[in-house]
Amino acid sequence: MYNFDFARPATIDDAVAALKAEEAQALGGGQTLIPTLKARLAAPSVLVSLTAIPEMKGVCRDGDTLSIGGATTHVTVAREAAKDFPGLAALAGQIGDPAVRNRGTIGGSLANNDPSACYPAAVLATGATVKTNARSIAAEDYFDGMFGTALEEGEIIVSVDFPIPDAAHYAKMHQPASRFALVGVFVAKYGDAVRVAITGAGEEGVFRWSEAEAALSSNFSADALNGLSVSPDGMIADLHAGKAYRAHLCGVMTKRAVAALT
Amino acid sequence: MPKDSVIGTSPKRREDQRFITGEGRYTDDIQLQGQTFAAFARSDVAAGKINRIDTSKAAAMPGVLAVFTGEDFAEVGGNPAGWLIHSRDGEPMKEPKRPVLAHGKVRHVGDAYAAVIAETAEQARDAVEAIEADITPLTPVIDAKAAASDTEHLVHDEIGTNICFDWGWIEDNREAVDEAIRSAPHVTTLELVNNRLAPNAMEPRASIGVYNKGTDEYTLYTTSQNPHLTRLLVCAFVLGVPENKLTVIAPDVGGGFGSKIYHYGEEALVLAAAKKIGRPVKWTASRSESFLTDAHGRDHKTKIEIACEKDGKFIAFRTETYANLGAYLSNFSTVTPTFLHGTLMNGNYDVPHVYVNVKGVMTNTAPVDAYRGAGRPEATFSLERAIDKCARELGMDPIEIRRKNFIRPDQFPYMTQVGLEYDTGNYDATMDILEKQADVAGFAARRKESEARGKLRGLGIASYIEACGIAPSNVVGALGSRVGLYDSATVRVNATGTVSVMVGAHSHGQGHETAFPQIVADRLGIDQSLIEIVHGDTSKIPFGMGTYGSRSLAVCGSAVCNATDKIIAKAKLIAAHMMEAGDAEVDFEDGVFSVPGTNKNVPFGDVALKAYIPHDFPLEHVEPGLEETAFYDPANFTYPAGAYACEVEVDKETGKVEVVAFSAADDFGNVINPMIVEGQVHGGLTQGIGQALIEHAVYDDTGQLVAGSYMDYVMPRADDVPMFDVDHSSVTACTHNPLGVKGCGEAGAIGSPPALVNAVIDALHSGGHKVDHIDMPVTPERVWAAMQG
Repeated sequence: MYNFDFARPATIDDAVAALKAEEAQALGGGQTLIPTLKARLAAPSVLVSLTAIPEMKGVCRDGDTLSIGGATTHVTVAREAAKDFPGLAALAGQIGDPAVRNRGTIGGSLANNDPSACYPAAVLATGATVKTNARSIAAEDYFDGMFGTALEEGEIIVSVDFPIPDAAHYAKMHQPASRFALVGVFVAKYGDAVRVAITGAGEEGVFRWSEAEAALSSNFSADALNGLSVSPDGMIADLHAGKAYRAHLCGVMTKRAVAALT
Repeated sequence: MPKDSVIGTSPKRREDQRFITGEGRYTDDIQLQGQTFAAFARSDVAAGKINRIDTSKAAAMPGVLAVFTGEDFAEVGGNPAGWLIHSRDGEPMKEPKRPVLAHGKVRHVGDAYAAVIAETAEQARDAVEAIEADITPLTPVIDAKAAASDTEHLVHDEIGTNICFDWGWIEDNREAVDEAIRSAPHVTTLELVNNRLAPNAMEPRASIGVYNKGTDEYTLYTTSQNPHLTRLLVCAFVLGVPENKLTVIAPDVGGGFGSKIYHYGEEALVLAAAKKIGRPVKWTASRSESFLTDAHGRDHKTKIEIACEKDGKFIAFRTETYANLGAYLSNFSTVTPTFLHGTLMNGNYDVPHVYVNVKGVMTNTAPVDAYRGAGRPEATFSLERAIDKCARELGMDPIEIRRKNFIRPDQFPYMTQVGLEYDTGNYDATMDILEKQADVAGFAARRKESEARGKLRGLGIASYIEACGIAPSNVVGALGSRVGLYDSATVRVNATGTVSVMVGAHSHGQGHETAFPQIVADRLGIDQSLIEIVHGDTSKIPFGMGTYGSRSLAVCGSAVCNATDKIIAKAKLIAAHMMEAGDAEVDFEDGVFSVPGTNKNVPFGDVALKAYIPHDFPLEHVEPGLEETAFYDPANFTYPAGAYACEVEVDKETGKVEVVAFSAADDFGNVINPMIVEGQVHGGLTQGIGQALIEHAVYDDTGQLVAGSYMDYVMPRADDVPMFDVDHSSVTACTHNPLGVKGCGEAGAIGSPPALVNAVIDALHSGGHKVDHIDMPVTPERVWAAMQG
């Protein structure tokens, strides 16, 4: 990697200030950024670690909302969200491998918005709110295509507020090398209303499958999905799976998520 | 220690103490006074014409001490292929030069065309980025079959073709085989791909070059499976350094799997650079460099035909293979797809006609060479997959068709149609064990249970045979080998009775430091803890050929045996003198010399001391000291063989294959350390399952290695494999080496891929999917696509 300065501020204000430097780059758990730096594919002047800011860490329930600090690691979410939001805890427990889960953070994952990352599916399926140092962003407005988000330059994800669903499940087919999602489907149920978000499949990143949502909202069973399919157009095609197979998996994984809840 | 407690027992691996506690000493751990660092400029195109390389900016960068390009090595030798193959027409293979640094053309992504030496590794990398290379991209050839017929886009212009050789084995059999297939009642045909693999040793390649101006001596620390071979190649072929002026040291090496057999240009570069700047030069590959430049494995496209009677009795095997050799001929690249592949095409079977044709083709990809199994996995996969298809076509049970054709115990020694003489074996006995071990009889019930859970279950069977204990020098010499393939050991009994054993084999995961002392302890009747193994340093060990091809125990272990026997013979002379036995016969048992029929005896330790303090000593006919060397050249290959059973469950919706059970029945001959053998089989099975299920070094059409990192190259992990059931109780001892051993290092990787793919095909047929074959890796998408019809 190229040389850079390193800052590890203890407050959000200090972090925001540090990120104003030219070519500054925020660092969460570093599970994507550090390999990128090692390959000399990025050359930030200063890395601003967000892992020493106490108010950005931890899992906290407030009524029907589960708030997770942006610098909270996956392993912490897997452990501490297990009682209040087991579907989310299970998702966190399937990310990468233990080394990734011990370092990687929810804020880092969402800021990067890898089209195959797991968290975006949960955020979009629950209609969560991404809270930054400057504002609150609804999930619908947050994701902006592959690796794109609504975040402004230097904006920091302080926390993510999840409305706790009555029931939720994440069904994931692993990409076997990276253990990102080849296709991952998060199904969340609020009363009769059902939301379905799919990651790993779409060229534009995470998306909601509205036909499935409509069918499941009137009949919450795997059979309700019979005959529904996602079009291969717009699916990712890569070394690990083509468009048709990914489209097929969207249906299979959605059914499995529903079956796990019924 | 009683004699029978040593061989066949499982002392814990003594080397693991240092490995597990982080005390191993690998090449990159070595810090030398004044050491500098090398970094390489590597091609990012698969093929290109080098117009100009401007190093002036790089040379002026901070900390830079020297910059090299291909021009600097234009006058030195090339890195040679170790085996001369002749084509069917009698012509020798084409041998384009493999330079230290690319010269004139770059030929694969990762091909090094320049190197920078600097004070720090980062400075060297910075300077590499400042090199201005004017390289005109050319159209690459990637697929071997396509490259073979491409006369326009040549990897090496000077040879005028991409075909290195077109080898027929045995050419004289060709017509008879063709005729047998033409007239056979049944012919099974299968076309298949043996997928390219990246070797992925845990420790990347690393080298340190050292030059001592005062003595004009060089030292090369390097990640090698065979330091003497590396020394020979550097001295005699590449740099012309006198052999007595170069010491090659391969310290702890973190896995090789074949990829560290070969001499690579980086080794020559750090030596030449060390001389030029007068300081040690270190290079350690990044993981990306490992993916791009370690010799890859496999990459065959094969058409196989099996001709047989209607009752399944084999009449003939015929194969035609395109073997991808990559951009340069790596040291064993020409023998691997030929003599390590074609000579195994008889399998475990009594078949009257076999013919093998292999076209070795150069492409704009990383060099391809021996990788765990080396040619034998390719032969086994083709044959055992085709036999399965044949059985299905004939409506026969896959075990029945194999048993019907096995070479019978009374047929040994058995001369195959492809030039080998199998010394011993009992394939029915091994299959008997497998059937029990895998509970083949209970499979139908297990399938039902899986079906009740919505899964398709399949059982796959494969037999394998391999030629190990490489190799009888006379035989391989006649076939084109440019080296001998003996091995060596020096047993040095120290004055106090401890023993140092210097071996030519190299241990980089095989457990030699534990197993070899068992051999010596067994023969000398002394405790294993008194025996130390020394390996990996050409200044300390006798000239040995290193470790690959499951040869260490069968060849080097035999040298250890013979050297130990020489020790005993000499010690008996000394003991006879000490016991005043005159010309009487001296016995040696459990570490004690004695004169039969008397109570005279003397322990081994006393004899050792006497050898080094020869005050009262028969100096007139016995030299002082107790040190003996043996070079052992095997009389034949050894032939480990076995039968494997794999059970898989296939997810009908996703196509995902789960290996739910795997049984391996192996005949390795006698076993020295069962725990190490079991570990070797576990590792081999995991690599074989990795190949069959998930691993694939994929190049795209432009020659970019798209599976060039662990984000895309899938390595097998613990949760990809089941608990293995390994049995090596089926023993037919090798008839021609002193230990009766055959070798176990590669078996798992050889026998498991066809067993797994056979199981998947069986599962799909049980679900009504009439699928003949799925190429490896058997990914969920491929299985799903096959089920769609």
